[in-house]
Amino acid sequence: MTFKYDKVYLNDTYTVVGPYENKGPLGKYFDSNYEDLYCDADSWEQAEVKLLEESMKKVLRKNKKTKEDIDLVISGDLLNQVTSSCYATSKLERPFLGVYSACASNVEGLIIASNFINSGLVKRCICGTSSHNMSSEKQFRNPTEYGAPKPSTATFTATGGASAILSNEKSVIRVESATIGKIIDYNQKDALNMGAVMAGAAADTLKTHLEDLKRKEDYYDLIVTGDLGLYGKEILKEYAMKEYKINLSSNYNDCGVMLYDLKEQKEVLAGGSGPVCSALVTYGFILSEMKKKNLKKVLIIATGALFSPTMLYQKENILSIAHAISLEAI
Amino acid sequence: MVIKMINKKYDNIVEKHKPTETRSKNALVAFLIGGVVGLIGEGLIQLYCCLWHVSRTVSSVYMIITLIFLAALFTALGFFDKWVNFARCGLLIPITGFSHSMMSAALEYKKEGPIYGIGSNAFKLAGSVIVYGVVSAWTFGVIRLLIGGSLL
Repeated sequence: MTFKYDKVYLNDTYTVVGPYENKGPLGKYFDSNYEDLYCDADSWEQAEVKLLEESMKKVLRKNKKTKEDIDLVISGDLLNQVTSSCYATSKLERPFLGVYSACASNVEGLIIASNFINSGLVKRCICGTSSHNMSSEKQFRNPTEYGAPKPSTATFTATGGASAILSNEKSVIRVESATIGKIIDYNQKDALNMGAVMAGAAADTLKTHLEDLKRKEDYYDLIVTGDLGLYGKEILKEYAMKEYKINLSSNYNDCGVMLYDLKEQKEVLAGGSGPVCSALVTYGFILSEMKKKNLKKVLIIATGALFSPTMLYQKENILSIAHAISLEAI
Repeated sequence: MVIKMINKKYDNIVEKHKPTETRSKNALVAFLIGGVVGLIGEGLIQLYCCLWHVSRTVSSVYMIITLIFLAALFTALGFFDKWVNFARCGLLIPITGFSHSMMSAALEYKKEGPIYGIGSNAFKLAGSVIVYGVVSAWTFGVIRLLIGGSLL
């Protein structure tokens, strides 16, 4: 399902990151950072709430708006009951929609906001997302101090909060079109190789997007996937070519690979993940390049593994989904 | 049928892009570090035997307590996870791993309070070891009773 928009603009963004992201190659593109993973909060979950809350408040300030100017807040994160989004948004006292597509939550939020704005029902939205390395480890894997060894296909959940203001007010970045992805089940069961789980969903959404809009992959100056990581990226390239004859080469990259220096930062293994990963790379690096006119048309395919530890222990497959959004510099 | 075929094709691509883990290196590191832990244990047994003139059995108990305490302390001080990440099974299989798994879980859930946090989560990882430790002790005890006719 693909939508085209004619009056949706991305007005402003704010990103705040943790120490690992700040040390990465895109460090200089982020608005602010914390030296410590606790971010001056008392627990990992509260640190994540703080990151998201800060990004929402500061994007308002950056865009010279007050909370009353915002009609709707849409936010999603990885924690059970979209906890970070609920707690971070509570003080804004604005209508709120919590969304979940795992690491594709941010683009899901952007698509919902764009549809509301394009239809004229809503004027201005904040779309937020966050993830925290430690709160994700605690919820999905082992205690953070356990330090369980992981294979090199595992990814590293990015720490940060990212928010954007979308409205019908003209700005230099336009939301051009978007594709809502289907849930994909390619029989994957390895929770430490999420790239392999999600690459199929990314390929499916990419194919749908290009077919619906009758475009070729070289229409875009840059196509990025959310968090496939080093190995998932290669799987997508090969699968897209073999199955759909889509050639992903020089204009393709993955946000998880871009966010960190994979050679220097060994702890990130195959690269970054988490909903904030694609948001940080998009709002930090990609938008900055678009404003400089180095990139004009960009397709962001956020990928999410709809991973439930319970279902995996019950021998069910890990499902995945990918949503795509196309941005244009004007 | 179509879905199965796609899956097969997809599986092949996934397998092709899966990096090979250095199993032999991991095994060697685990063997060496595990051996060092064993050596330290034996050293402690000998030390306690000489120091306090106790039997080897009593001394072994003191040795276990020492290793459990040290692993818990190092976990709490925040660097044992890095050691585990390097040594892997070399530190996870000995009694140090058991202590580390309890301590790391207890630390993780400190914020949720003593009952709903530490109390209910301390055995999150170690629980399986306890349950199957008891089950296997019982099983082998029964086998021994049936074959040998005595538990001792």
